[in-house]
Amino acid sequence: MPILLTADWCPVGRDEYYRKFEVYNMEWTNSFNMENVIVASCSYGGPLAVRRDPKKIVKVQGSGKPTIYIYTAAGELVSSIVLSRPVIHVGWSIADDLLCIEDDGSVLRYDLFGNHQHTFSVCEEAKITKVIEANVFNSSVGGTGVAILTSSYRFFLVNNVKDPKTHPMPEIPGLNAPPSSWAVIAKDKQAKILVAKERELYFLSYNEEHPVHVVLSFADRLSSVVEMAVSVDNRRIGLFTDKGRLWIGSSDLSGKGCEIDTSHACRPFQLAWCGSDGVVGVWDGTLLLVTVNGDILTYPCDSRVHVVPEIDCVRVISTLTHEILQSVPSVVQKILRINSVDPGNYLLEASRQFQRRSHSADEYIRLVKDQLPIAVANCIEAAGYEFSPENQKMFIRAAQFGKGFVPNLDPEPYVTMCRVLRVLNAVRNFKVCLPITNVQYIKMSESGLLDRLIRRRHYYMAIQICKHLKLPPAKGLSRILAEWAFYKVSQAKQDREQVAKEIADKLGKAPGISFKDIALRANNFGHTQLAIRLMDYEPRAREQVPLLLNLGQEVPALLKAMESGDTDLVYTVLLRMHAKMPLADFYLKMRNYPLAHSLYIKYSYENNNKELHDIYSQESDFNAQAALHLKEAYLPKNSGTRETSLAAARQSYKNARNEFLAVACDEQLKLLKFQRDLEAKFRREFFGRSLHDTVEILLSLKELKLADSLRAEFKVPDRRYWWLRILAHAQNDEWEQLEKFSKDKKSPIGYEPFVDVCLEKNKKLEAQKYMSRVKDDLKVKYYAKIGMLEKAAQTAFEQKDVQALNVVQARCGAQDRHVVEQINTYLAQLRSKK
Amino acid sequence: MSSSHLSGGKVNISRVQEHARKHIFALLDNIDGTKNIVFDAALGSVMALIAPKAMFKEHNTKSIFHLHSGTLPQSHANHLIFIIRPQLSLIDLVAENVRNEVKRGSLTDFHLFFIPRITFLCEKRLEDRGVLGSFRNNIQELPLHLFPFDNDLMSMEIGSTFKEFHLENDPTSLHQTAQGLLMLQSLFGVIPRVTGIGPASLKVSEFMKRLAQEQNDANIPPSQIDQLILLDRCVDLLTPLATQLTYEGLIDELFGIRNTTLRLPAEHFVSSNEASPSYTSADTKDIILNSGEELFAEIRDKNFNAVGLALRKKANQISMQFGERHGDKTVQEMKLFVSRLPYMMANKQSLANHTTIAELVQKGTDSNQFLEALETEQELMNVIDTDKAHPFIEDCIARKEPFTKVLRLVCMQALTNSGLRPKVLEYYKREILQTYGFQHALTLCNLEQAGLLRVQQNQRQYTVLRKALRLTVVDNSEVTPTDISYVHSVYAPLSIRLVQHLVRPNGPRALQDVLGLLPGPAFDDIQPSVSGTSLSLQSSSDSPKVVLVFFIGGCTFAEISALRFLSQQEDSDANVEFVIGTTKLINGNTFIESLSENLDS
Repeated sequence: MPILLTADWCPVGRDEYYRKFEVYNMEWTNSFNMENVIVASCSYGGPLAVRRDPKKIVKVQGSGKPTIYIYTAAGELVSSIVLSRPVIHVGWSIADDLLCIEDDGSVLRYDLFGNHQHTFSVCEEAKITKVIEANVFNSSVGGTGVAILTSSYRFFLVNNVKDPKTHPMPEIPGLNAPPSSWAVIAKDKQAKILVAKERELYFLSYNEEHPVHVVLSFADRLSSVVEMAVSVDNRRIGLFTDKGRLWIGSSDLSGKGCEIDTSHACRPFQLAWCGSDGVVGVWDGTLLLVTVNGDILTYPCDSRVHVVPEIDCVRVISTLTHEILQSVPSVVQKILRINSVDPGNYLLEASRQFQRRSHSADEYIRLVKDQLPIAVANCIEAAGYEFSPENQKMFIRAAQFGKGFVPNLDPEPYVTMCRVLRVLNAVRNFKVCLPITNVQYIKMSESGLLDRLIRRRHYYMAIQICKHLKLPPAKGLSRILAEWAFYKVSQAKQDREQVAKEIADKLGKAPGISFKDIALRANNFGHTQLAIRLMDYEPRAREQVPLLLNLGQEVPALLKAMESGDTDLVYTVLLRMHAKMPLADFYLKMRNYPLAHSLYIKYSYENNNKELHDIYSQESDFNAQAALHLKEAYLPKNSGTRETSLAAARQSYKNARNEFLAVACDEQLKLLKFQRDLEAKFRREFFGRSLHDTVEILLSLKELKLADSLRAEFKVPDRRYWWLRILAHAQNDEWEQLEKFSKDKKSPIGYEPFVDVCLEKNKKLEAQKYMSRVKDDLKVKYYAKIGMLEKAAQTAFEQKDVQALNVVQARCGAQDRHVVEQINTYLAQLRSKK
Repeated sequence: MSSSHLSGGKVNISRVQEHARKHIFALLDNIDGTKNIVFDAALGSVMALIAPKAMFKEHNTKSIFHLHSGTLPQSHANHLIFIIRPQLSLIDLVAENVRNEVKRGSLTDFHLFFIPRITFLCEKRLEDRGVLGSFRNNIQELPLHLFPFDNDLMSMEIGSTFKEFHLENDPTSLHQTAQGLLMLQSLFGVIPRVTGIGPASLKVSEFMKRLAQEQNDANIPPSQIDQLILLDRCVDLLTPLATQLTYEGLIDELFGIRNTTLRLPAEHFVSSNEASPSYTSADTKDIILNSGEELFAEIRDKNFNAVGLALRKKANQISMQFGERHGDKTVQEMKLFVSRLPYMMANKQSLANHTTIAELVQKGTDSNQFLEALETEQELMNVIDTDKAHPFIEDCIARKEPFTKVLRLVCMQALTNSGLRPKVLEYYKREILQTYGFQHALTLCNLEQAGLLRVQQNQRQYTVLRKALRLTVVDNSEVTPTDISYVHSVYAPLSIRLVQHLVRPNGPRALQDVLGLLPGPAFDDIQPSVSGTSLSLQSSSDSPKVVLVFFIGGCTFAEISALRFLSQQEDSDANVEFVIGTTKLINGNTFIESLSENLDS
């Protein structure tokens, strides 16, 4: 049946197959000869860096300056880097950065597009002794490190290039020639170096003082390990000896997988792991694969190839093609193997028959009826391993067909796989050029994939993938847009207005994007103006204002702060401006912004700032100035200088043409003078009291003359003076004087107050004395008030006031029955008259 | 867990309480070990609205103190937490306390929580006072803006809003208001329609728009509130000055209600249950006034003249209930009666309390002073003889009646007369300065600046408004009111009249004629909702529209009562349920006091 599908399968050992299939046709055909160049590559379908092998003699092309060319995995030239110094080693970091290690130990980091990012030096010593060999390694715990070997045969190791810390490695005793081979094993946080000094093997670790010598038993008498390969997961290692033997085992050399004779005497051009299933060696014309079990598979090659180890396969790159060599995944093997009895196989067949409209589909389904869920799961899984869409479709169709026969099957795996395949096919396209397998995709996760797309500037595709995978915006969309904006602002040439607008248009609606971060990035690239423009779009004033301040943009910061209404920010800006500018300039600036102006005044006031006077006089705000003088006048500590302050206030009010208050100040000054005199005279406290109170005290002291003179001096209206007099007499229990006073002149306030004060002191008899002079229309009320209800009723009757009679009646208590009766009579009379 | 009196309304205010609790206890629980908490005095009493003391104890709090100058009482805990508003004067007190604690050799860790947020100036002041280091990384923000008062009432309890904005041009608390409103929106959904009058309202709505942009909270629930009406206090300065004549309003006018708590001398309550736990100390008794108490909920919004009747009715009802037991025959009936006993006892207790309070209020309202002042007020409202100095006001000054009372009346005259004649104004000012002292000159300036005291202009705003909006209604319907004017007996609060118009779909346009007479712009905006669907369209016409009225600069109990009265009117042309927010609960006295300049004589 599916003979065709297994055509590229090669059996290795028992029940194991390897397959090799083409992914891309290389674009770079004829650009160079593989034999003359050194290729550096990185896992997860990464790009390729190609440079001339300095040991080979070739015809000079171009400028002749040593250059590194960066190609995509499909051989499309992305960028090139012209080198100024001899480069010892080139490698890729886990984050797609190109690391060039120069002979003086400096490590230059470039991004995919050849833009220089960062440079650091591994150690001072290397500057003198020079680097002779170097290696870039990716640790299993994440991060990329660098190891170098100097001409004094000392190793140095940097665990993470993002945070470079150099660790010198212990020296190997008696090493007086370059080691025959070495490799870095970064299985855990601390990377180790395995060094082969001829036949002796040493582990170097920077927190151990001495190298650890390892004895490895080789079947053959060993002379020297000339090549080493560490698997991508750092768990396994392959050692190649000068006798052509290959030893495969665990990376700590404790477990041995196999040891076989490759029958190749010379060392391979390259030794690399295929996943963790086997080691691939490259020789002229052959590609030799040795599995962990010691089985051998040989592929002939027409030309020199370069192999790239991956976690589940090895990529084989030649001048013409880019192929993947992998052990056929077991589920694919199970389904497609000849004579397979796997339920998946039956389901696949059933699906095919069904498409052919053949009744035998039903028979196949019957065969696996009970195992259909497994069959469906297997087909779904198998689809994930396929690169060609046809094969994917074949498996997916089978899964879909099988699904229909299983009620209540969880659709999630099927749906997820369809989505993932769509994504994988998209990124495998040679335009994007990420030839990753499903296993790699799962390992790197969606965010890892998005990172790779972002680094390749495939922003649009990244966004589409986010939408397709329904990632939450904060995790996907916003981050991509932000990264896009970061890239956008890093470009110097474009018009900043346009860039700012473009960014704002695109990012406007996406939640969780910080324009502040973008602006900061722009500023780091030296585009301060762009950063300022961008800050316009930052909606969070609490982010916006401090950054503008940091960019030295006080006035825009002030405007934004005021606009936001967040006074805290306004203060922040104001105090910064105040500290930074000459005072005069500061005041002038302030003038243009009323809000800032008033806030600064408030701040100054709260901080007892002497500046306030200056500001007011500069602004000619005399009213405010006067108020400030007044406030100072009444501070408890200033009672001694109150007059001075009041005089100043008076002057200010005069300047402000505030006649009323100017006069009032004047009078107050006069009053204070009086009071000082009075204090001297009576040895009592007068100072600071109101005029009213002063007169009241004088009256209570029976200093009528003085009181009268004050009244005349300050033009106290009669009305109030009478009240004062009445109240004072009552207070002093001077009832005779009160009566005398009432007869003095006609009262400007009537005689009701006389009654009231008497009543307050409970002097009903005294009160009666004034009743005759109470106004007629108030008489009833006052008679009632002093308790002469009968009289009240009578008066009301005389005034023919029915309502008043009712009021009086309502006030009558139990003991006033006769009054009630009287009122009833009055009421009857009044009614009858009507 | 949340207080039951908050959850009865159309909008569940207890969620505001829960929200606040969640924040505060999350912060407290982050700190391991025993804690002592020091609240600034103003906050301390408001905090009771969010969580009772017992609840703090559950979160490992040993004692709660109020922030004072001096040393804290001895009480050792691992942590000492200051919770304050960001005010510089409070920072000084905190600094003093911290220094004293350190001097005392206490080893406790210091924490400082700011409500609602830390400000640059506070941090600077902490640094200047040399205590910033004592708090190291222990400074936190507690974004509480609104405190839940009742099932339809929230307040920010910031008394300085009006003065800050209208006198000092400082929008700080307007920004806070906007933040508070956004917090409400995050709980109750984006309010589709925002209407407002006055400069402060406009600012708040601008800040809201801006802050909404900053937030990208995807989980905003569907709208539960249909409209927000922002009212700047400066639009209606007259209403707070008028004496409130509702039960709750009068209690506030006469005794003052602080954060739903009324504090009265205990002597009046000797007859009440001895085991009552609300005794705070020997000589005062605290009574909580909120809708959790059935009787109070019933009478709080009534005109005081109707309260006596209601109390009598209730008394009859209760005595009848107690009388029922004589009629009960069967054991089941007895059992039912007994099961209702606690409820009945509580009712009886509450009746006793309110009878006592009503007696005290009655004593106040029966006094000549009160009646004459009220009479004068009503004369002023009706624009009778407002053009010249009013003899009653003159007498008040001459008798040196309380300063705020005089200012209330003078300002009221200035407002109802649409400004005083220059001569009259000067006369009043001179009288006041001579009687009460020159130090009040700045207070008078403030009142002038705020527009409460002013000189007559050409336009007679009040006269026009009074006619156009029917601000004075004489229908003697205090017991069974037919119009909101019952809350002041004659005068219908201008603010609420405006609300009555603004809730209508084309409100502001219909008000065009009178809006010209009021300060500041009027606006009527539609806020885009997050989900994109306009929910206001879905709400069917028969369920009442929910309107949040937010007073910027404070509102009175009478205004609240008037809005509640409107909520109850079902047959009115607009079927509306009101929720009320304010920056502060005020009355005429506190309003005037907030504007005065306190200079020592």
